[in-house]
Amino acid sequence: MTQTTTLSTVAAPVDVAVPRTRARRMRRLSGSDRLVLGVMVGVPTLVQAVLIWIPTLLSVGLSFTRWNGLALSDIRPAGLTNYQFAVRDYPPFWPAIAHNLIWLAFLALVATPLGLLLAVVLDQRIRGSRIYQSIFFTPVMLSLVLVGIVWQLIYARNEGLLNNLLGTSGQPNAVDWFGDPHVNLWAALVATAWRHAGYIMVLYLAGLKGVDPSLREAAAIDGANARQTFFRVVFPAMRPINIVIVVITLIEALRAFDIVYVINRGTNGLELLSVLVIQNLVGEGQVIGVGSALAVLLLVVSLIPIVTYLIRTFRKADR
Amino acid sequence: MTRPRYGTHLFLVVMSAMWLLPLLWTLYTSLRPKAATDRYGYWSLHGPYNLHNFTDAWTQGNLPTYFVNSIYITVPAVLLTIGLASMMAFAVSRFTWKFNVTLLILFTAGNMLPPQVLAAPLFEMFKHTPLPYALSSSGSLLDTYYAVIAVEVAFQLGFCTFVLSNYMKALPGELTEAALVDGASVWRQYSRIIMPLSRPALAALGTLQVIWLYNDFFWPLLFIQSGDRLPITTGVNSLQGQFLMNYNLIAAGATITVIPTLVIYLALQRHFVAGLTLGANKG
Repeated sequence: MTQTTTLSTVAAPVDVAVPRTRARRMRRLSGSDRLVLGVMVGVPTLVQAVLIWIPTLLSVGLSFTRWNGLALSDIRPAGLTNYQFAVRDYPPFWPAIAHNLIWLAFLALVATPLGLLLAVVLDQRIRGSRIYQSIFFTPVMLSLVLVGIVWQLIYARNEGLLNNLLGTSGQPNAVDWFGDPHVNLWAALVATAWRHAGYIMVLYLAGLKGVDPSLREAAAIDGANARQTFFRVVFPAMRPINIVIVVITLIEALRAFDIVYVINRGTNGLELLSVLVIQNLVGEGQVIGVGSALAVLLLVVSLIPIVTYLIRTFRKADR
Repeated sequence: MTRPRYGTHLFLVVMSAMWLLPLLWTLYTSLRPKAATDRYGYWSLHGPYNLHNFTDAWTQGNLPTYFVNSIYITVPAVLLTIGLASMMAFAVSRFTWKFNVTLLILFTAGNMLPPQVLAAPLFEMFKHTPLPYALSSSGSLLDTYYAVIAVEVAFQLGFCTFVLSNYMKALPGELTEAALVDGASVWRQYSRIIMPLSRPALAALGTLQVIWLYNDFFWPLLFIQSGDRLPITTGVNSLQGQFLMNYNLIAAGATITVIPTLVIYLALQRHFVAGLTLGANKG
């Protein structure tokens, strides 16, 4: 019995009635069953440990060293110099931070709300709703590489659709949308939003379908109009999915990499923290310590949405 | 609710047009010979229209090789991910033991990290892992499919385990209780009871993973150095340099690359959307 209680207190997330029977079952397992379970847990855990957790820790470790990536014996301790260099003397650092913040703001204030709006509109009984959904969803299937290529055809200075529509194509004042460092961040963001909004729409549509219809009926009986019903009743009822969407938006803003790398390898107005990590890691000016310091900064910021999400998800399972 | 809403429809039609425009423009450009667009400009309706750009992009752009490479990476990676994730999910959701939740939390967290955080250590680990030249022409794990597959599996494992464990947790406990009374082994419970019942979740995740891995750009970019070993998504990026300003060829190459995802999406749309929302709704 003592063993049962210790097991059930550790086994917090399963609902209260179950652990006792489960724990008993655990003890009843034969040796070969325990071995099978051990392998089922052991192999995936080993894969995660070797390829995710240990590299994450090594990143932290390498950020305090100076190393050229050749022999392991060349690793020298460097204290905080990599961080000092990144923050004080590395020209693209602050632009990258600014771009990441703009990226986040644009996703949070434009792309995600647009996805929500599409979902709310399409959740009504509208003729052709399925067709519209498929259209908005199509870019989600494309890789960001293809998004970059497709929009290059729109943005190209003389050949692109946009300048042809604006009538500036072939003229000296034609804007090179992906090339001009004053506008290329915004051009890349529009292309990103094209994909992001469809993704958010799908998630939110699923959430809206899960809202108890009697809530809306009750609101309608109480005389609420459509706007009031949405903001006072439906939106608050969707708190769980709202949090998921906030987390996804934050993480997407931190992970942004592919599209700027495809456009111009993340230079000339498109510097992002994730790209600077890679630029310091590969290529001629290989400075693993600095790259790792930047990676650690990226890690620390990413942990905010990750931990928020995990606490929410697993605390709920706890109940 | 049924009165016509012209404003709403107008909004949706305009948005749909904006959404489709880049895709239709790509398709249109790809159907026109470079000679025609050079002469009349890209913004023109002059023919001829044909598929020459597609055949040219296919042969000159090395696309068959890239496609085969994508299959070499995607198929084993998806099978391994789903296999390992289902076993882990089974063990954490159907049995209660010390650290099962801790491990699940760590698995889930791993999937959410920006991949660039892990890039330097993984690159160096693979560079310093010697491999016989019979297995790898670089003499290390770099420039091999093993490296890409291993990291893709590790990275997707967290998400799949999380989704599958939620799904398996919701399956009634009596199912395996009864099997246990009948003396069924743990492996039998997994392979004969839980896995068949999890088929909807497995199908959804499998479809989602195929598209995600096919679309992945970063890991092959980091680990694969020989151009002829790149998968299609990373390889198609080099078309931009190779075809220089020939936007017609680039458009054709891009269109060809979309076809497999489009086919999978049309055939398995339900699973794909279910896969996307599975993870989110449990939050």
